[in-house]
Amino acid sequence: MARVREAFITGIGQSQIGIGLPRDPLLLTVDAVREALADAGLTKEQIDGVATYPGRVTQVPGFSPVGAEDLIDALHLNTRWHLGGGELTSQLGAVAAAADAVRTGQARHVLCFRTVYEAGAMKFPGQKPYVPRGDARVEGPSQWFAPFGALSAVCWVAQYAMRHVVKYGLTREQLAWISLTGRANALKNPRALWHGKPLTLEEYLAGKMIASPLCIFDCDRYSDASTVLIVSAEDALDEVSSIPVRIAASAGCTYRHSWDQVEWMASYPTGRELWKRTDYRPEDVDTVQLYDGFSFLALTWLEALGFCEVGEGGRFIEGGRRIALDGELPLNTFGGQLGAGRLHGFGFAHEAVVQLRGQGGERQIPGDPRVAVATSGGGPLATALLLARD
Amino acid sequence: MGDASAKRPLPHLDDHNRAFWTGGAEGRLYILRCRSCGAFIHPPRPVCGECLSDAVEPEAVAGTGVVDTFTVNHQPWHPALPPPYVIARVALDGVPGVYLTTNIVGCGVDEVAIGDRVRVTFLPCEDVHLPVFEKVRD
Repeated sequence: MARVREAFITGIGQSQIGIGLPRDPLLLTVDAVREALADAGLTKEQIDGVATYPGRVTQVPGFSPVGAEDLIDALHLNTRWHLGGGELTSQLGAVAAAADAVRTGQARHVLCFRTVYEAGAMKFPGQKPYVPRGDARVEGPSQWFAPFGALSAVCWVAQYAMRHVVKYGLTREQLAWISLTGRANALKNPRALWHGKPLTLEEYLAGKMIASPLCIFDCDRYSDASTVLIVSAEDALDEVSSIPVRIAASAGCTYRHSWDQVEWMASYPTGRELWKRTDYRPEDVDTVQLYDGFSFLALTWLEALGFCEVGEGGRFIEGGRRIALDGELPLNTFGGQLGAGRLHGFGFAHEAVVQLRGQGGERQIPGDPRVAVATSGGGPLATALLLARD
Repeated sequence: MGDASAKRPLPHLDDHNRAFWTGGAEGRLYILRCRSCGAFIHPPRPVCGECLSDAVEPEAVAGTGVVDTFTVNHQPWHPALPPPYVIARVALDGVPGVYLTTNIVGCGVDEVAIGDRVRVTFLPCEDVHLPVFEKVRD
């Protein structure tokens, strides 16, 4: 009978992160692939699986310009398993699926990647996002939002945030600490989009309002970058020269996919589910890398994962001490998407591995970190990974 | 920066959503309802998500409700929609489990609060009558 193996992240890589980079998005991807292969001590001939989210997307410029099959073809990979699709439990759902593939022996080393080129794509004319072209009518789920000017995810997330403001007393002075912490940590990450650009509480509070209570500093910025994670099977670890980090558990729950038909965002059931699949407890976690495409999503993840009670997120992060690099629960130590750029989910798992290996350099958290949580999404879709160096 | 000649994004009409998007022509807000178990279905689909019956048909509902949550949108996303405007999620009276994303109109953007009583009004745009809501003042 076939044995179920453990799955490990054995290689990480990342391209430069920028706005309007002149480099082809496929080459940004290859930059990250090269770094991840070197990190793991593997060659491309040893890669037998590929996974990405959401696959190649042509309708939204730059959102996902490189698909799994593009990379397989371009790099002459010989794969036994691959996946590239958007109907997953959000970005890191591709990594969770890769873990299942190596656990069940369908592949030994799966190259997982997420490439974004949304800033670069906007440099070309006629590719303005959000404006339907011509007289084209809106179909599918967008029809329930677009006619009312709810044309960005911020319009939806802001409404959940407003409920926290009214129901639980969340203040902008509290919420600010997601952004301020990310920007502070970005100062210690040379690759971060906002490296060298500090943000103060006063600047945050004066920030242009986008959709109340969320201001410009609560929103990540379109970026160009690629992030790669190599997921390997337990019985293939002898081929790897890096420090492997185990994918100890994963979860991804969805009640309803319609943003406006659910009382609670998908982060909440997903956070609760994660702890049912492991013996680790929230108090064992040394650092959290929580999706912050909008700041409020990271706050909901803190509540959802049980680091504080539902509704207490604002008070939990207030003042920023607790979630600082040297605090009791360091958050988004690479800057998060608010500090490092819109890497779209994969940056959180990448950084969890950096920290658990002790390779954070100037931004390395103190002690001997062994357990981290990395998440993606949080709105209609959510994924949580529990990562352990055990 | 509004553009008077620009049009709002409008839905593509099909057999499932037509009653919802055009009922305003007769002043009615239609939500699909299951004839078998009585559950309401939104967004409209040809099956009841509760009992899996496909005996679903539009039912006119009261058109009143409560602001469940909202945001004041300040960002110009579309030339036909100059900010600021209120985007809200309205819980409909007598339609358990259904929320509508909509706009609150007829008042200042700073006059909307969670819990406000609201009533539907329709904004005609070509063959579509967008259900938006205004505060009930009484």
